[in-house]
Amino acid sequence: MEPEWLDIGPVDQLPALGARTLPVQGGREIAIFHTANGGIYALANQCPHKAGPLSQGIVHDTTVTCPLHNWRISLVTGEALGEDKGCVPVIPVKVDGGRILISRAAALAGVA
Amino acid sequence: MTDKPHLPLPHLVVVGNGMAGCRAVEEILARDPAKFRITIFGAEPRVNYNRIMLSPLLAGDKSFEDIVINDHAWYTDNAIDLVAGDPIVAIDRARRTVTARSGRVETYDKLLLATGSDPFIIPVPGHDLHGVVTFRDMDDVGAMLRAASAGGDAVVIGGGLLGLEAAHGLCLRGMRVTVLHLMPTLMERQLDEAAGWLLKEELERRGQAILTGADTAEIYGQGRVEGVRLKDGREIPASLIVMAVGIRPNVKLARDAGLAIGRGIHVDDHLVTSDADILAVGECVEHQGQVYGLVAPLWEMCRSLADGLVAIPNGYSGSVTSTKLKVSGIDVFSAGDFSGGEGCEDIVMRDASRGIYKRVVVKDDRLIGAVLYGDTQDGNWYFDLLRKQEDVASIRDALIFGQAFASGGGASANPNGAVAAMADDGEICGCNGISKGKVVAAIQGGACTLDAVRACTKASASCGSCTGLVEGLLAITMGEDYTGERAAPTACKCTSFTHEDVRRLIIEKSLKAIPQVMQELHWTTPDGCASCRPALNYYLLCAWPGEFVDDNQSRFVNERMHANIQKDGTYSVVPRMWGGVTNPKELRAIADVAEKYQARMVKVTGGQRLDIFGIKKEDLPSVWADLNAAGMVSGHAYAKALRTVKTCVGSEWCRFGTQDSTGLGIRIEQMTWGSFMPHKFKIAVSGCPRNCAEATIKDIGVICVDSGYELSIGGNGGIKLRGTDFLCKVATEQDALDYCAAFIQLYREEARYLDRTAPWVERVGIDYIRQRIVEDAAGRELLRARFHYSQSFMQNDPWAKRAAGEDWKLHQHLAEIRPAAALIARTLEVA
Repeated sequence: MEPEWLDIGPVDQLPALGARTLPVQGGREIAIFHTANGGIYALANQCPHKAGPLSQGIVHDTTVTCPLHNWRISLVTGEALGEDKGCVPVIPVKVDGGRILISRAAALAGVA
Repeated sequence: MTDKPHLPLPHLVVVGNGMAGCRAVEEILARDPAKFRITIFGAEPRVNYNRIMLSPLLAGDKSFEDIVINDHAWYTDNAIDLVAGDPIVAIDRARRTVTARSGRVETYDKLLLATGSDPFIIPVPGHDLHGVVTFRDMDDVGAMLRAASAGGDAVVIGGGLLGLEAAHGLCLRGMRVTVLHLMPTLMERQLDEAAGWLLKEELERRGQAILTGADTAEIYGQGRVEGVRLKDGREIPASLIVMAVGIRPNVKLARDAGLAIGRGIHVDDHLVTSDADILAVGECVEHQGQVYGLVAPLWEMCRSLADGLVAIPNGYSGSVTSTKLKVSGIDVFSAGDFSGGEGCEDIVMRDASRGIYKRVVVKDDRLIGAVLYGDTQDGNWYFDLLRKQEDVASIRDALIFGQAFASGGGASANPNGAVAAMADDGEICGCNGISKGKVVAAIQGGACTLDAVRACTKASASCGSCTGLVEGLLAITMGEDYTGERAAPTACKCTSFTHEDVRRLIIEKSLKAIPQVMQELHWTTPDGCASCRPALNYYLLCAWPGEFVDDNQSRFVNERMHANIQKDGTYSVVPRMWGGVTNPKELRAIADVAEKYQARMVKVTGGQRLDIFGIKKEDLPSVWADLNAAGMVSGHAYAKALRTVKTCVGSEWCRFGTQDSTGLGIRIEQMTWGSFMPHKFKIAVSGCPRNCAEATIKDIGVICVDSGYELSIGGNGGIKLRGTDFLCKVATEQDALDYCAAFIQLYREEARYLDRTAPWVERVGIDYIRQRIVEDAAGRELLRARFHYSQSFMQNDPWAKRAAGEDWKLHQHLAEIRPAAALIARTLEVA
């Protein structure tokens, strides 16, 4: 049986208040974020506005600011905040024993 | 011990003589002392003691007798058979027996597993050396006390609650202690970044060395511990290493017996495992996906377990946890979820003078989390509100001030009510001793903005903690005339201070770190926003050259990556070409890089440099290495910094050229490169008034004339075209360089972050700049000297460091997912 969760590596490989990327062959790239409080979140690495690489934005609280045009995206819901409208897919993640686990089905959604 | 008469009672066997096992037995006895015949097996050769009291024991505040929960008499009085020092090694569920290490076999009717958890040992080389201990039981404390009696250095790995308590105890026992913590702030599970930072500062003041972001590579020593080596190469000598990085549920026995296991032993709401005759309680269990490492949930589980066994079943529905503790006498409290997020509202109060930080998180009018540092008096009240999920809408405005205030009637009243009720001689500003009467008089005398009140009374002009009170007085005194707007914009929505305030206070109060600025200046958000963090990072960098450690995560992506992000997520790279001059070797290197990394375009920029487009993030370090090898360094075309010095060919080639404009441009660029500024900065040097280098739309323009050099400033070819203002004319090239350095430093020290020179010059006026740079010769010299001092730290090629491997992770993917093929990532099935 295929595992439900994929282990994508230890939490400590993510800079705090930063992000790293997780390419999915045949699918869309995922951005994994690390907040100041140690929270781990994952979004599709594409701003709903002009597909900016969210992984390269500034992380503050549970928000990332897109590096292209400063849209603020919630790491929790994927929704654009403030006046902007749009939503990025959220990929369920959890941390177990210091390792990041990502929902297999959500990560592979959209893979041809 | 074993010759107790066999009563016709069902036999309850408890595996684990710790806090959970014994508490469960106590709860059962309290409900029905004659329900079971009870045998307790314990791995330690001791009676039941209070494990959370190990810290005071280590610190010397308590003795073992003080921390015993149940002495031998309790076991005897309750006819409990205690088998201490003989751990259970196997369960036979078919025959309903347990086997101890000694070979002793016991039959059970009900089996209770309370095996607790094991300290986690990081499997680094040397973890098994003599002198490496955990902090979990009496034997560990014994080992630590023996080590401490010899004095010397100790390293505690783990800056969580347990690690800090161990460090505190060892400190009190006279050891020099270094705490190594992998995460950037201490106790990150309980405290948010701000509180964690305050805790670190305070512990350091008390003599502990705290290294955060410290990743242990190995423990070294011949036979016994001699020290720790970090992954970044640092070595910390120590004769004792305490590993306190965490615990994990001890599920071995249960797993071997075939019980359902997740992270802990799976139990239902009555603490029954997948075998109806086997129960489990405490840190070894997983209930609805949760495992607990605190004592309060454990008590709740024990009550539900006893209810389920002997009384009316009363299911366990999980626990909301809180942590209230004193580390080295510092009060800290946290409860619930303080990670914030969608729909959550943070209320933050920072009282810098009393060293207090409070943060409560509200969602849908319910309190969902709280972090308190320095004053935890209201912890229980917040915890209560949180557990009962009470509606806090009516006390929302007063919530952060605590129970006394919120329930004292100040709550639903107008927030300005408290200020209105103050007597005229009541103190508003503690720093400057300003009374309410004085502030009101100033307002009535025409000071109708916060800045005006600050200017004429000094109230709120020092630490700023009374800003809210002053604003309240403005509102009360002026009524509808007070708009609440300040003349100058605040630095961002996280603060009531202007950029100028922040810059001034950073110097006055000697603030040297972003969290420190946020605490001292009463920031209203926990970790700022994408506007203020880069600004604070710049202000600190400018204020404390050579001292402030740049915060990479507070920099915009271009500065983090040392390249320009483009619309498709690739980057462009601009190597420096001094004064716009290049040569075949550099051109060849650029051509090679463009081919090798499949650049999609090479373009001449407006500043006479070559921009190589379409470079992938992963390739950046090798691109830089190749360009470095050809002698080129970063052009900082991505940075809020000096970008280019544009030149014409000047007297060397041009028939009109009056001076060596190319040479001067190169010298200015060599003096100025690497310097961070409030915004991007461009310079041009033209060799004659025909101005081929377009010097009059640059931040600094130099126009060479027969008799010297005309300097002008504040030009901008950007959105709003602006020609420069003439500053002055100087006679020599050295003067031109010195005036440029002084002007740049003035701009660096006084402009708001993201102000280019044009709006800044318009705001402060060309007369002010002339006065500072031209008329005040001594002041100019000081500015020039400060610029050069700062440059002594800044002129390092950031590309070279990255090409050499610094921050390589930033350029790499975390992992890769390849569906339907061998996964690079190790897969793990979680039930």
